[in-house]
Amino acid sequence: MLGYIIRRLLGAIPTLFIIIAATFFLMRLAPGGPFDGERRLPPEIERNIKAAYNLDKPVVEQFGLYLGKLVQGDFGPSFKNKDFSVSELIALGAPVSLKLGLLAITVAILVGSSLGVYAALRQNTASDYTVMSLAMIGITIPTFVTAPFLTLILGVYLGWLPVAGYGDGALANMILPVTVLALPQIAIIARLVRGSMVEVLRSNFVRTARAKGLTEMQVVWRHVLRAGLLPLVSYLGPAIAGLMTGSLVVEQIFGLPGIGRYFVQGALNRDYTLVMGVVILFATLIIILNLVADILYRVLDPKVRLG
Amino acid sequence: MSEPILQVRDLHVRFNTPDGIVHAVKGATFDIAKGEVVGVVGESGSGKSQMFMATIGLLASNGEATGSVRFKGQELIGAKQSDLLKIRGSGIGVIFQDPLTSLTPHMKIGQQIVEILTVHKKIGRQEAQRRALDMLELVRIPEARRRMGQYPHELSGGMRQRVMIAIATACGPDMLIADEPTTALDVTVQAQVLEIMRDLTRELGTSIALVSHDMGVIASMCDRVQVMRYGEFVEAGPVDEIFYAPHHDYTKMLLDAVPRLDQPDRPGHPRLPAVNLAGRETLLKVDDVKVHFPIRMGGGLFAKTKPLKAVNGVSFQLKKGETLGIVGESGCGKSTLARAVLQLVEPREGSVVWLGQKELMTTRGAEMRRMRKEMQIVFQDPLASLDPRMPIGASIAEPLKTQEPGLPAAEVRSRVKDMMLKVGLDPAWINRYPHEFSGGQNQRVGIARAMIVRPQLVVCDEAVSALDVSIQRQIVDLLMKLQAEFGMSLMFISHDLAVVRQISHRIMVLYLGRIVELADREAIYERPLHPYTRALISAVPLPDPKLERAKPRAKLQGDLPSPLDTRASLTFLKSKAINDPDAEQYVPMLIEAEPGHFVAEHDPV
Repeated sequence: MLGYIIRRLLGAIPTLFIIIAATFFLMRLAPGGPFDGERRLPPEIERNIKAAYNLDKPVVEQFGLYLGKLVQGDFGPSFKNKDFSVSELIALGAPVSLKLGLLAITVAILVGSSLGVYAALRQNTASDYTVMSLAMIGITIPTFVTAPFLTLILGVYLGWLPVAGYGDGALANMILPVTVLALPQIAIIARLVRGSMVEVLRSNFVRTARAKGLTEMQVVWRHVLRAGLLPLVSYLGPAIAGLMTGSLVVEQIFGLPGIGRYFVQGALNRDYTLVMGVVILFATLIIILNLVADILYRVLDPKVRLG
Repeated sequence: MSEPILQVRDLHVRFNTPDGIVHAVKGATFDIAKGEVVGVVGESGSGKSQMFMATIGLLASNGEATGSVRFKGQELIGAKQSDLLKIRGSGIGVIFQDPLTSLTPHMKIGQQIVEILTVHKKIGRQEAQRRALDMLELVRIPEARRRMGQYPHELSGGMRQRVMIAIATACGPDMLIADEPTTALDVTVQAQVLEIMRDLTRELGTSIALVSHDMGVIASMCDRVQVMRYGEFVEAGPVDEIFYAPHHDYTKMLLDAVPRLDQPDRPGHPRLPAVNLAGRETLLKVDDVKVHFPIRMGGGLFAKTKPLKAVNGVSFQLKKGETLGIVGESGCGKSTLARAVLQLVEPREGSVVWLGQKELMTTRGAEMRRMRKEMQIVFQDPLASLDPRMPIGASIAEPLKTQEPGLPAAEVRSRVKDMMLKVGLDPAWINRYPHEFSGGQNQRVGIARAMIVRPQLVVCDEAVSALDVSIQRQIVDLLMKLQAEFGMSLMFISHDLAVVRQISHRIMVLYLGRIVELADREAIYERPLHPYTRALISAVPLPDPKLERAKPRAKLQGDLPSPLDTRASLTFLKSKAINDPDAEQYVPMLIEAEPGHFVAEHDPV
């Protein structure tokens, strides 16, 4: 097991390197730079600033310098947020994003799989069709539509929930962003779980369980659920990636001071180091969480051995 | 006679499908008495399994049963769910066909037996654990205590089926429904499983409803037989009457189609022509072929690998126009050997010489592709091995287009139609798709595809194993007819010794990647020399109840040893084995006991 984890982590290094390199050079390819503005700076000031941030050196050399700092755990200073290092900005935003993400994934898994199981057990009935149609709608409508729509109804017309802002982490402020972020995932998970549950319910070993004289409840709890929820575990990796990208939009819409907002601002302002920092953080998280999902899968399915 | 355990009266089963109502069982009526074994035979789709699923209320959700089924006097059709639950597992146990998919993969086998005990008997966990262990020992699972904590995938097929029997019989049911209980098993394992079921009826008086397509299994197990076709019983009676004096044409046809190990050439079928192979040219000379797959052992950063010797030094020759039968149990390397000969598997060692001149092992790329014109293969699952999106005509034409790219389309078409005619397909079907055909017809397509380039060698890898006996017979007849016409050589791989006997001139018996015996077909079946060959032959149930009753019972005990354990190769030569699972072991020599009859060294029996 430990050997497997180490092998996987070692295998992640090249992946991470490629992501870092691609982001670095793509950022440099984008027109404009962090210090280009409406008003042109005097040439010598511009030269000084560029020298201070190593921007006057060839790009490849800059990349080398950046990597050198990176392996020491230094993401560098933010180009645009004066007096802040990238690490400090991430540390500021992380708790907000983490809270949003964890709540959203929990809600997505709980609600999504319950709906999926419910629909599968009532396969081809009106309740099954209702759940699945709603799920289809959930998948097709993008976040930037659901967000203002829900805000309008629950926040503006009914006035039940705050329209935006973090409110120092008050639960009421989290409900709308978490719902908006989780909705597409709930829909995808519900469809996924329903599909696999229906398949498992038809499988031979479930027939055996029924032939043993178990009640339907016992059959589902002991024999169906674990096998039926397996695909959900493999989907966790992509789901988390989906939530992370979704959070960029959601944090922007609801004005939450999370990492996602820094990322969007950083990209717009060509804040090279900030964007790099967020990308590396996200990539690492996705790699680690995928590994966790794989390990979880192997724990649930005895047939898959680590090796 | 006492009250029957099961009374079925005018049972109908209907399925509501998108294509309309399918009437799967049409008015079945029969009884099963206490301690009686009743066989239900019929080909796939005859409704025999559905009939028993209806009995215990386990039809698919679109199925509906009408009529009457009384179990010990209690009506089951339309019974309350709670009453049915009490009978399932407790009064009626079920053994299903495929033991791997029929056991819950994420539950330890001990737990699966404990579960049924705790549901039906009012006993605590400890007591249930103890009884589960007893059950595992009763079905002769070695190291039962350790097995309790294992998952189904960690057991062999035979062991899984014994676990299935343990579950089905744990609560001491009055009746067992055994739905093709040994179909997925090797013959020696089948013999053991049947023996266990026989003991159960003898000792506990359990009645058995045995659903099977295998006439041999029926003959060896049953007291009475019901023959089923298209959802109806066409004939029913005591086993001897059905086998020795069948009335209905369908029963006669079924019995006639069954390959008989003891009667290879029967009237009414093409005979294997007696040919003098000595004077013929050698098509293929295979020398010391090995295929060793590296298997990762354990985890860790630098896990060790062990070679799995799938094929471990096999040598033989194949003459032009000869059929070589290759038999052995699952995992013996028969398919891997064929693929190594055809250069379809890596990594391989040894030498395969074509027509005395060309070494295939070193032939690569375009040259090898040209050689493939001479060597074709027919696979086991006819439907799965055809492209579902390609009309059969295109599938058949594909090898021809590859091998003779310049051929005009009209010529390709006419050759395809020609070949379709030869394999018994209507040339008008050239644009139809595989799903429109039956398994037998699709296998004819597979054969036509192999034959279209007029190869000199055709490998049939379990080519008839997935087919019903009547269809199997037709395909075997077809292959013999084609061989007589085109004179190609065949490597006929099968686990079914009776079919191999019908079609092969010589037969090779493989055990864990090595030849244990190689001889003419008469010699191997009438004078088998190796104990493994003998065990294999005696394990095959004959479709002849009297012979079966008189037969001494199986001797080989336990499972096939792990091929990763080097001692396994010396199972029959224990005197030379070094007691270390990783040691380099002695290699048994192949000795020519009489002219043309080779047998591997073995300890005297």
